[in-house]
Amino acid sequence: MKIDWLDKLRFFLQVMAFCLAISALQYSFRPERPYEVPLLYSVLIGGFTWAIIDFGRHFFASSAERGWPQGAAGIALPLVGILLGYGVGITLADAWFGWSSWDANARPQLRVSLLISAVSGLAATYFFYARGKSAYLIVKIAEAGQLAAQAGRVAAQAQQHAAESKLKLLETQLEPHMLFNTLANLRALISTEPQQAQVMMDHLINYLRATLKASRATLHPLQTEFDRLRDYLELMAVRMGPRLHYTLDLPPELASESVPTLLLQPLVENSIRHGLEPKLEGGSITVHARRSGGLITLEVIDTGVGMGTPGAAAGTEDAQGTQHAAHIVGDTHGASSGFGLAQVRERLATAYGTDGTINIIANYEYGTRATVIFPSQMTQK
Amino acid sequence: MTCMPPTALIAEDEPLLAAALKTELRAAWPELQIVATVGDGASAVREALALQPDVLFFDIRMPGINGLDAAVALADAWPMNVKLNGSLGVNLNATFNRTFNGTLEPPLAGPTAPPFPALVFITAYDQYAVQAFDAQAIDYVLKPVQAARLQKTVSKVQIALASRLSVATYFEATLAQLRALASVALSTGANTASPTGANTASHFGVNSTGSPGPAPVPLRVIQASVGSSIRMVPVDDVLCFEAADKYVRVLTADHEYLIRTPLKELLPQLDPQSFWQVHRGTVVRASSIEAVTRDEAGKLWLGLRGCAQKLLVSRLYAHLFKAM
Repeated sequence: MKIDWLDKLRFFLQVMAFCLAISALQYSFRPERPYEVPLLYSVLIGGFTWAIIDFGRHFFASSAERGWPQGAAGIALPLVGILLGYGVGITLADAWFGWSSWDANARPQLRVSLLISAVSGLAATYFFYARGKSAYLIVKIAEAGQLAAQAGRVAAQAQQHAAESKLKLLETQLEPHMLFNTLANLRALISTEPQQAQVMMDHLINYLRATLKASRATLHPLQTEFDRLRDYLELMAVRMGPRLHYTLDLPPELASESVPTLLLQPLVENSIRHGLEPKLEGGSITVHARRSGGLITLEVIDTGVGMGTPGAAAGTEDAQGTQHAAHIVGDTHGASSGFGLAQVRERLATAYGTDGTINIIANYEYGTRATVIFPSQMTQK
Repeated sequence: MTCMPPTALIAEDEPLLAAALKTELRAAWPELQIVATVGDGASAVREALALQPDVLFFDIRMPGINGLDAAVALADAWPMNVKLNGSLGVNLNATFNRTFNGTLEPPLAGPTAPPFPALVFITAYDQYAVQAFDAQAIDYVLKPVQAARLQKTVSKVQIALASRLSVATYFEATLAQLRALASVALSTGANTASPTGANTASHFGVNSTGSPGPAPVPLRVIQASVGSSIRMVPVDDVLCFEAADKYVRVLTADHEYLIRTPLKELLPQLDPQSFWQVHRGTVVRASSIEAVTRDEAGKLWLGLRGCAQKLLVSRLYAHLFKAM
């Protein structure tokens, strides 16, 4: 129970003013009586009635929020307050003046005063009740406003997160660094070697087209997969010059095997970006396809810087994402490469379930080897 | 200096782009002489120190040391006049003139040290929030380099070179900006290659600690493997972390441990109030620093309580140490 004493003082003064007004009214009807008589009765009855009701309401738990007890108590409180206040007030005033209002000859006067007390008590009570209620409503409206604003913020945040992850996906698919560097090379070639610029432009067009539609098509022949890898590697070869050598080895009998679109692309991009680009002298990248029994094995091998930590960087996962080694995808700077790897894993899982596996072995300073194994579609025919 | 044509060095790992930048610069700034073109960060530092050009064009992504780290290394190694008694911060008011190899020359004798070059970073993609460059000492150019933008950079650099009376403030501004860029790089992991290969742990997204990156929780215990056991070292006992090749040395009052988690990953998990980075590869508990001294070569060294080893402070972080 918390009482705001400033509020109470304000209410008390308002009640007193109200009582003075009533006593003045009574005096004007019966000017033959001294003013102090209606004054004292009015002030005492009004004061006690107010005190009983206003302090009494704090004893009801339900008044805590709206400032007024809920249910029957809300009606009983003013009635009890008025009767009790009236009784106490009359008794005290009687004691002051040395007479009794309960005498038979004073009865009509008593009835009038009870009526006045009841009416003014109810009126005053209603006044304070309405005040409390409007204050409560104002608070509620403000709270609702805050809630709405908060909800708005949450929604905006969710939207922003969605937009950010979409942007991230796009940034991963079209790595901006690669794109702008390639464009810069093209820009340089246009004036000096327009022929080579044209060839490079064609590779870029193929690369962009394949990257942008990769999420729509599900499978394509291995030959197409290797062609797209060649587009990308050709672009990189122009940029890195003698620092990059690559070998694409696809046996002709595997050319028409189907494979999820751009399955190897993220692996090759990782090899370039994290393996060969940081390496001073550059190196080579080899992609080859093999068949053993009913399984197709694709490997991306680079001679780049490998993974940062000696001996600790091998991870094997099956396509379900079950972890076999203690190393998990993703730190801040590896976020996009982790994202690319997650994509490969997801595509494998979608296409082959548990039959598709990806295995990454990194030998520090000797490069990285990524092996993807999945069942051949041809043998099943 | 003013009568000699201005000189520049280009560090760009893609040969075509280096050639293109040269061509564009010839048009935008005909007097500028390109004295060297290199393809990696380490060569950039070496050549810049040897040739002392007026302007440096550094690609940010380079093999070996990246452009940003190369700039920091160069700022640390740049020959500089030092004042022996006085503020420990970088001070160019010549009292002693230090040459690059560290020999002390008599006061007011010999040529004064050359001013630190104007730095221009080249980047294909704005990982560093370009506003970090606005109205500062260092400029940047986005690839593909466009003539109009390059012209703006050239004017900015020309103004900087012409007003190099305030060499000290210019160098201070460069240091402050490198510091800001380094912290951006740290918090976003925006850069690529590092000389220790530390962040190549991200190769194929495999993380050497297995902790998912952002929003790190404060580290309380360092788990260091010693032989076949794992030693639990409370972070509160650690005096300093020091990058050493592929490892990080963890020094306590009476032990030394080696851990594999790169400093880059450790740093965000340490309380910045307690642990100060004083060098690219050194993070020190501030309360364990006993004294900071400047040697005759003008380098700042930290002495730690309960540790005989002295630690070198990078010029980038020299501002941390000033008398109150």
